[in-house]
Amino acid sequence: MRRIGIDVGGTNTDAVLIEQGKVVRAVKAPTSEDVTSGILDSLQRLGATGLLKSGRIDGVMIGTTHFINAVVQRRHLTKVAALRLGMPASASLPPFCDWPEDLAQLVRGGVWMVEGGHEYDGRLFMPLDEAAVVRAAQEMRSAGLKSVAISSIFSPLDPSHEKRAAELVAGIVPEASITCSSDLGRIGLLERENAGLLNAALADLARDAITAFEQAIGDSGIAAPLFITQNDGTVAEAGQARRLPVYSFASGATNSMRGAAYLSGLSDAMVIDVGGTTTDVGQLRNGFPREANSVVKVGGVRTLFRMPDLLSIGLGGGSHVVLDPLAVGPLSVGYRLLKDGIAFGGSQLTTTDVAVASGVLDLGDRGKVAHLDGESCRKVFAEAARMVEEAIDRMKTEAGDVPLIAVGGGAFLIPDRVPGVSRVIHVEHGDCANAVGAAIAQVSGECDQIFKDMTRLDAIDAARTIANDRAVAAGADRKTLATIDSEDMPLAYLPGNSVRVRVRVVGDVAAG
Amino acid sequence: MALRDITIDDIESLAVGAWILGTGGGGSPYLGLLNMRTLYREGHRCQLMSSDALADDDWVAAVSNMGAPLVGQERLTDSRTIARAVALMEEHVGHRFRAIMSLEIGGGNSIQPLMAAAHLGRPVLDSDMMGRAYPEAQMTSVAVGDLVPCPLTTVDVRGLESVVEKVPTWKWMERVSRKICVEYGSIASTCKAPRTGAEVKRWGIHGTTTKAIAIGHAVREAQRRHDDPVAAILAVEPGKVLYKGKVSDVERRATEGFLRGRTRFDGMDEWRGATLELAFQNEWIVAWRDGEPIAMSPDLICVLDSVSGEAVGTETIRYGQRVTVIALPPPPVFLSPKGLQHVGPRAFGYDIAFKSVFA
Repeated sequence: MRRIGIDVGGTNTDAVLIEQGKVVRAVKAPTSEDVTSGILDSLQRLGATGLLKSGRIDGVMIGTTHFINAVVQRRHLTKVAALRLGMPASASLPPFCDWPEDLAQLVRGGVWMVEGGHEYDGRLFMPLDEAAVVRAAQEMRSAGLKSVAISSIFSPLDPSHEKRAAELVAGIVPEASITCSSDLGRIGLLERENAGLLNAALADLARDAITAFEQAIGDSGIAAPLFITQNDGTVAEAGQARRLPVYSFASGATNSMRGAAYLSGLSDAMVIDVGGTTTDVGQLRNGFPREANSVVKVGGVRTLFRMPDLLSIGLGGGSHVVLDPLAVGPLSVGYRLLKDGIAFGGSQLTTTDVAVASGVLDLGDRGKVAHLDGESCRKVFAEAARMVEEAIDRMKTEAGDVPLIAVGGGAFLIPDRVPGVSRVIHVEHGDCANAVGAAIAQVSGECDQIFKDMTRLDAIDAARTIANDRAVAAGADRKTLATIDSEDMPLAYLPGNSVRVRVRVVGDVAAG
Repeated sequence: MALRDITIDDIESLAVGAWILGTGGGGSPYLGLLNMRTLYREGHRCQLMSSDALADDDWVAAVSNMGAPLVGQERLTDSRTIARAVALMEEHVGHRFRAIMSLEIGGGNSIQPLMAAAHLGRPVLDSDMMGRAYPEAQMTSVAVGDLVPCPLTTVDVRGLESVVEKVPTWKWMERVSRKICVEYGSIASTCKAPRTGAEVKRWGIHGTTTKAIAIGHAVREAQRRHDDPVAAILAVEPGKVLYKGKVSDVERRATEGFLRGRTRFDGMDEWRGATLELAFQNEWIVAWRDGEPIAMSPDLICVLDSVSGEAVGTETIRYGQRVTVIALPPPPVFLSPKGLQHVGPRAFGYDIAFKSVFA
């Protein structure tokens, strides 16, 4: 198996080649404004020794912060037509009702609410008002809206109204890209609909970005399928990622945790990823990041995405250092480190300068930081260690000591001994852990649904079958599927032994 | 006239404080809060009225949402439905309500009277009938007082309306109204048996909306200042910290339409080495520390996120969460022998003699 993993970050585009389970080569190139040339550049560096000329490449897996940045920075977003099937319920809380107003202004192209939807037990809530859907679609067409998000009450249990409405809209606005909330999972209309609206807002950007990725790979002469990594550490085929970009929102942090697991050979451990500006702390369970269970806000919007449970603190290789009174971060020189750091001829004292002065790092000009005495350096490292210890203690869920894997360019800030940690592990290629995580990503399938009048075990089995089918549909090899998460919750107040089951399975990418 | 304006900031605080008084259940107040933000944007306003201002022969509406919080997450909450339940009761009994109160200050039902009040232009009464959240209709101060349990109106957003005209007991009311609610799709807006001013003054639990706002305000201020939110709660309420720890196990099962189970914790800080176990039936009911029962209903057992100070519910608590468990004093009405019959540990199937944390 030969795969290329690429991480398109805000500062660098990292690329690795993995062959038979080993990292053969890892490179970094600056990220470019047009994305394509940065990827092309990193692929050229990766293939500089002729590595990519012979032998087939099984897949190129790209992880990117492109989509989340678009929402956070309010850029490149498409106007969306929101169509909700659920009247007369929910009328007082229309789509976009809990969005930050600035983002709603950019994205809200129009809101239509018509009768439809289901009950928790599969009964109709209201018949779908098809005539009203048609009228809505005609108005969308007149308004020039081409991206549509459809949501319906209890659509994760019965998506038929959303699917029928999508057909009707497509018949009237044939060029529309349509997001159905049932493709985005979970119970909770407002949060699921928000995910659908964000997805629809990213429609144009996703199409352009993924086309750019494909072009970069084609231009580099590599003939291999393109996969995009997702928030949960698995991948989607390019076609699916183009349709559901929200699933690829937060893949950067997840990839570095998965890469850390892979490079260290550990599947249960804490991971600390120290970048230039921030440090992320998370926990690996069965080789995957522990997921946040609660509502996750993206750019101020409540969603129920599958996102890793991470704690971010303002500590990194570019963090500003003040010696008296002692303070480290949260301000950082970021990508300007090699210009603004004192060891590189700049004027801002950073954690990297302190590491150079004390001989931990061999970068820049050590003479420029010779004025930093040993005691000051020791104090800065001690302060960084205190911040790290506090973050790890907050994220740790076991009482016993656990191993800690330190990755990222700023991993030198991690002390060798941390309370509650059995050992601190530094790994080769740890600075490209995110690209490694992309290269080794698997395909997942999930089911989150209410089952009635079944035994608990039958309900879990039924959920697993649905999840397996979804994973195969997303490109997984059925023979390699394994359940990595199974959670069931009996539902208070609902009659008839109702149980909500959530199962997630993963498998390797199916060959060819 | 003892009326005071409720600001939108008060309602933001109410949502946080009522969730804490929900003692693990009661449903999240978030959707009610969103409705109130919209209503206030549209120019609606609510006023809070003290029970002292009621005449003995005034009529008061008591409202709550009934059913599965999960269905509410899909159908959302429309503020007009609860207003319709109150209007239906007025049409049915022929009295005009002087004010609208909550059945249950804990959780989402804390906001229901505000939604009705905004549409109908009546004051919200600063009293409820639980002082917290409880899972069943007979677990109220008015049931302890043996006041009549009927009639009751139920409304579904599609225009379905029913009145339960006559039942002999609160248990019968629970059974009959629950059936209607299930047919509606396991959610209904309800107006409970109308109460006279005299009944409310005698049997209501007073000042609870103000209390929930104060608790929520303390938490939000502490969050803003990066202070300890738990300490902030204890500065406004005479509560006690029972424990700090991490969730080590959650066991849930659905029986008779309720969410029952146990949660276990491993201690942190001064409780390192001590274990805590909490039993729940929708709400937290009994706490054992190292095997000894240390707190139980009707004392309020509140599980709080140690960092944010916000409540952690029995439906959403999960392995590894870091929490602080505190107890708050119960409404005195539940401390009588009759009160304990309704809501003491034996009412939930635990053969323990009630002993208050605050005794």
